[in-house]
Amino acid sequence: MHPAFSVILFTVISGAGYGLFILLAAFHLAGIGPAMSHGELLAHGAASLGMITLGLMLSTGHLANKKNAWRSFMRFKTSWLSREAVFAVLFYPFAGIYGLGVLLQGAAIGPLPALAGVIAAVLAVITLFSTGMIYGCLKTIRQWNTALTPANYIMLGIATGTTLFAAIATVFGNATTLHAGVAMVALVAAAVLKGIYYFWISRVNGPTINTATTFNRATVRLLDTGHTAGTFLTDEFGYDPRKDTIDNVKMGVFLLGFVAPVLVFASILSGAPAGIAWLAAVSSLIGIGMERWLFFAEAKHVVRLYHGAQTCTNSLAEPARGRAAVAPATDPTDARRWELGDTPGGSGS
Amino acid sequence: MRLGLVIDMDTCVGCHACAVACKQWNTSGTTGALTDYRPYGEDPSGVWFNRVRHYEVGDYPNNKTVNIPMSCMHCQHADCVNVCPTGASYKRPEDGIVLVDQDKCMGCNYCAWACPYGARELDREDGVMKKCTLCVDRIYDEQLPPEERQPACVITCPAHARFFGDFDDDNSEVSRLVRERGGVKQMPELGYKPVNTYLPPRITRPIPIDDVRANRVVSSVKDWVNKMVAR
Ligand code: SF4
Ligand code: SF4
Repeated sequence: MHPAFSVILFTVISGAGYGLFILLAAFHLAGIGPAMSHGELLAHGAASLGMITLGLMLSTGHLANKKNAWRSFMRFKTSWLSREAVFAVLFYPFAGIYGLGVLLQGAAIGPLPALAGVIAAVLAVITLFSTGMIYGCLKTIRQWNTALTPANYIMLGIATGTTLFAAIATVFGNATTLHAGVAMVALVAAAVLKGIYYFWISRVNGPTINTATTFNRATVRLLDTGHTAGTFLTDEFGYDPRKDTIDNVKMGVFLLGFVAPVLVFASILSGAPAGIAWLAAVSSLIGIGMERWLFFAEAKHVVRLYHGAQTCTNSLAEPARGRAAVAPATDPTDARRWELGDTPGGSGS
Repeated sequence: MRLGLVIDMDTCVGCHACAVACKQWNTSGTTGALTDYRPYGEDPSGVWFNRVRHYEVGDYPNNKTVNIPMSCMHCQHADCVNVCPTGASYKRPEDGIVLVDQDKCMGCNYCAWACPYGARELDREDGVMKKCTLCVDRIYDEQLPPEERQPACVITCPAHARFFGDFDDDNSEVSRLVRERGGVKQMPELGYKPVNTYLPPRITRPIPIDDVRANRVVSSVKDWVNKMVAR
C-alpha cells in the first residue's frame, strides 16, 4: 500500500492528542497523581485539542474532492470511516464543556464538566478504535484484517500520549515518578502489542494468484498486465519496499518508538533532570511515525495477485515455482514500473 | 434481478477490444469522462473500467495462455458500498448494479481499498471514483434496438467470449452457461459473492508442438524473410 504522508501525520498526531486527553482525564478526574495547577491543566488540554484538530485537518489532505468531505458523516451505519468522523466530531462538545469548566473553575470543577470530561475520554478511545477499524475491517488486506489493528491504534495513541503528558508536566515542575512509571508501562505494553502484530503478519496467509485467477490446480504466472505505464491500481497498491528497508525501519520503530523513550524515563527515575522527558516524547512520536509508514508499506492488497504476486504476502518480484515457458513478467523493469507510481498526483494521494 | 457478465476464458483471445469499447462508450457516458493522463506522452495512463491481463497457467510443456478481462463484478456482498462514508457508492436493489454517485464522492479511495478485484479507479482530474456501470445508460435505453441493449464490451467481443444477463433467471443464457460449463468465481474465499462468473477453459486434446520449430531449410529462409520484412 502506498503510504500517504497526510494519513501518516494525521493518525500519529491526532492519535497522540487523543492519548494525551485520555491521560489528562484519568489523572485529573480520577485523582491519580499530584494535584495539577490551573495552568498545567489548560496546557494539557490545549495541547491535546490542538493536536487532534491539526490531525483532523491534515486528514482531509488525501481527499481528491475536498468539497464533499462533509458528506463523510452520512454512512454511520455501515462505514468505519464515517463512524470515525462522527465520533471525532462528537468528542468536541464534551471536551469543550470539560475545558470550559477547567478554564472557569480551575482544578476543582463541578460534576457536569467532570462528567463531560469522562464522556470525552471514552469518545477518544472509541475514535482511536474506529481509526483502527477503518483498516482492520478490510478483507482485501490480510495484514490489516485483524483485531490487533485497532488494539495497536488505541495502545500506540495512549503510549505517545503518556510521553507527552509526562513532558508537559515537567514544564510546570509537576512531573513525578508516577508520570515516568505510567509512561514506561504504556510504552512497554505498546511495544509488546506491536511485536505480536509483526509476528502475526509474518505468517498470515490468504488468497493466492490461484484463487484470484480461479486456477487452483496449476502454477499461474503473470505474462502481461496489459498496460505499459502505471495505473491507479499500481500507484495505490504496487508499493513494494525492499526487505532491508523494512527491517531498518522496524528497527527504528522499536529503538525510537519504545526503547529510547523507556530509557529516558528510566534515567529520570534514577535521578536525571525531568526535562529530558521531552526527548522521550519527540522520539516516540518519530518512532510511531515510522511505525505508521511501515503499517502501510507492509500492507499488501489482494489486487496485487492479478499483477503477478503469487500470494497475498509476496512481493511482486518473487517468481512462481515450476518451469515457465516465457520469462514471467517479473523482470526488474516491470517491478520498477510498479514503483514509479507516476500518474499525476500519484505520490500525494 | 441480478445482472452481470459471464466471461469465457476458453475463447477470450486477449485482444482488449472489450476494454477499448468500454472506454469509448463510457467516456461520454453517465460517469465519464474516463480521463487520460499524458495520452501522447511516453507513459500514457488513465482511467479504465475494464482491464485485460494475461497469464500462463501450468508448467511447460503442459501450459496454456489464459486471458482474463476484469471489470466490476457487481458483488452481492459489495464491501465497497459498505465502507463508503459518503453514501456515494450504492448498489441498486432492483438489478444489483453497483454505481458511484459522482456528485457525492469525496475521492477518499476507501472503496478502492475494499474492492478485491481492482474494479475502481480514481479519476485524478475529476477527483472522484469511477467504475464499470454495466452500461446502465445503454441496457435500458429503449431508443436502441433490443439486441443492442447490452454492455458495450459484450457487443464488441469478436470472440463472443462475453455474455450479459440476469443470474436470478435460471433460464437466462448466463445461468445456462454457468450451469453447463461449470462457471467459477474469483477469490470466493473473501465472501464478496461476485456476480460476474468465469467459464474455465475446455479440456481439449493437447496440440503437438514438437514439429513447430524443426530446423529445415525452408523454415529458416522463411524466418529470415519474415525478419527482413518486419524491418
Ligand atoms: S467488484 Fe469491487 S467495485 Fe465491484 S461490487 Fe465488487 S467490491 Fe465493489
Ligand atoms: S472514493 Fe468516493 S465512492 Fe469511494 S469510498 Fe470515498 S466517497 Fe465513497
